[in-house]
Amino acid sequence: MITDAKGRYFVSQKADRRKELLVNQACKTFTSAEGEPVKALDDVTLSIRLGEFFVMLGPSGCGKTTLLRSIAGLEHLDSGEIYLQDMALSGLPPHRRPVNTVFQSYALFPHLSVWENVAFGLKMDKLPKDKIAERVSEMLALVQLSDVGGRKPSQLSGGQQQRVALARALAKSPQVLLLDEPLSALDLKLRRGMQGELKRIQHQTGITFVFVTHDQEEALSLGDRIAVFENGRPAQVGTPEEIYRHPVNRFVADFIGDTNFITADVESEAGKSRIAIGGQRFDVEAPAGQTVTVAIRPENIAVGAPGPGKIDGKLAELTYMGTDLRCSVELPDGQALRVRISPPFPQLTPGGPVGIGIPADAIAVVAD
Amino acid sequence: MAARTAVRPGQLSAWFTTPAILLGLLFTLGPIVVITSFSFMSQPEAGSGVVMEFSLASYQHFLFQEDFYGQMYFDPRYLNAFGLSLWQAVGTTALSVGIGFPVSIWMATKPPKTQNMLVLLVTIPFWTNLLVRTYAWILFFSGDGTANTVLSWFGIEPQQLLYNSWSTLVALVYTFVPFAILPMYSALAGFDFRLAEAAYDLGAKKLDVVRKVLWPAVSGGVLSAVALCFVPAFGSYIQPVLLGGGKVLMVGNLIADQYGSARNWPFGAALSVIILVLTLVGAWALLAWAKRSAQTVSLAV
Ligand SMILES: Nc1ncnc2c1ncn2[C@@H]1O[C@H](COP(=O)(O)OP(=O)(O)OP(=O)(O)O)[C@@H](O)[C@H]1O
Ligand SMILES: [Mg+2]
Repeated sequence: MITDAKGRYFVSQKADRRKELLVNQACKTFTSAEGEPVKALDDVTLSIRLGEFFVMLGPSGCGKTTLLRSIAGLEHLDSGEIYLQDMALSGLPPHRRPVNTVFQSYALFPHLSVWENVAFGLKMDKLPKDKIAERVSEMLALVQLSDVGGRKPSQLSGGQQQRVALARALAKSPQVLLLDEPLSALDLKLRRGMQGELKRIQHQTGITFVFVTHDQEEALSLGDRIAVFENGRPAQVGTPEEIYRHPVNRFVADFIGDTNFITADVESEAGKSRIAIGGQRFDVEAPAGQTVTVAIRPENIAVGAPGPGKIDGKLAELTYMGTDLRCSVELPDGQALRVRISPPFPQLTPGGPVGIGIPADAIAVVAD
Repeated sequence: MAARTAVRPGQLSAWFTTPAILLGLLFTLGPIVVITSFSFMSQPEAGSGVVMEFSLASYQHFLFQEDFYGQMYFDPRYLNAFGLSLWQAVGTTALSVGIGFPVSIWMATKPPKTQNMLVLLVTIPFWTNLLVRTYAWILFFSGDGTANTVLSWFGIEPQQLLYNSWSTLVALVYTFVPFAILPMYSALAGFDFRLAEAAYDLGAKKLDVVRKVLWPAVSGGVLSAVALCFVPAFGSYIQPVLLGGGKVLMVGNLIADQYGSARNWPFGAALSVIILVLTLVGAWALLAWAKRSAQTVSLAV
């Protein structure tokens, strides 16, 4: 992959655009109702590998839907291009793109039956009747809805409607399937089930899934890779593990999982940059003399009886959650840390002194 | 426990609702019952009103007349009035829906605030009396009215524009355009444009989207518009009388005559019942069609 001085991809190199859906320097500005410009996409560059389950994660209003709609052709970019392998999508109308969408609202045609909904795209392609019938049955079987083909969408549960929307979009065997928060309307249990289902279908079909969500757990469990969006552009792209363990900034660390943020001054000691937390020293990669923020995941902190090699602290709060213990401990300088302890649980008394153990690799310096 | 049926929140007990329901029934079914019974009664020897004596004469009178010798012969006079009304109603409906459809599309694609404003504008005519508004058309079409003034600018001599089918048609269309716009607008405003996007996404071209997605969603509204224009236009009274000058005999003024100068109440009632039955058959056909194609057709604004 060739990048320019700003770290953006060069798109002139054809060889680089083989097995990817490439969004290059995409910009889109809307005008709000008050007439203010809203930057929905702010110079987005993303490479999505074909065949992967790619998740776009971010808070509300960060431009995820806008990017998805731009890929589908339902929104025109102000500038920038989108390529699917060697094909420039930007000039193509939606119906000529090998891309289909599962809409957040499902957008099932209310006057058509489930069967006709799934057949809609195939009819538009003017496929022969027997081919359509075969494909629709196949799709309904894939989403396990073979027995409700004759019903109208209004006669289905939310989860079933969601699966019809999925079958309808998959029926055309798109190269890329775009899913805009398809599970957000479902209750927790159904959502878990559908997540497994989606993962299975993605494996089975090998189709590239671009999945939008603002649920970080969903993103971690589904994505082969995740892009975390912040204000109209991806702040970080990586595997779930990379993003969880090495968040590039405070926003990402905060958005993914539960995190403690601690500020510390960087000092120079024996030519190395170090910070001190509760008297204990940790090597960090940051210039000396700065104040940095470090992120520490609650489950990476150990709490037990005070002892050598541990930070002396005070146990402020203790909550038993069944599978784990949640507690809040206070460092000598008064900063509080949230800690999650898995069984076996140590003997702890609220208000009493505790020894806090922070492994060196649990510390990540994050940019603000 | 006392045998008391629980009243759910938002539900009133029978004590509150029964009088309203009775009153509603009285006002809707009452006149129909009266008219239907009148139509099977006889004309008094002299004066107006009815006498309690069963007779089918009024229905016979619709198609047949008694000649000088007591022979019945077929007389298409009243049937012609029906025909003329039918044509006026068809024309009125076609024009009102034809004008109303693009207007409602235009309205439905405006921002919500503007839409509310526009709906208000459409309903403004309802705030003034129909009679007054129809008189305004007389002024407009009269010898020295606006229409003739405009014609004179083009060097055209003043014309007799009033008291014919055309001036009647103009006034009818004017009256019914809002009735056409409202149901079509509400169907279009209720249309989820995301469905159109979904169709595009699935490979539909513009025309496919209109035919396969938009039309099924709004055809119910168009049919409501047709019904709402056609039924009252068919029985219209004020416009044919004022702008048709009473010269064009349509069912509306034909019926009115029976209660006025012609003093034949049973016949007037019979004519009303015939219209009612025709309308019911039409409405039933419409609803049957709607049910078959899973459309929502509303027969009221
Ligand atoms: N048609 C539009 N007109 C004006 N502003 C818009 C329009 N569509 C999106 N925006 C704005 O662009 C920004 C990005 O919107 P977008 O829908 O892409 O966010 P999102 O990340 O999908 O959010 P959510 O998680 O809430 O769905 C938001 O600030 C939104 O208000
Ligand atoms: Mg969105």
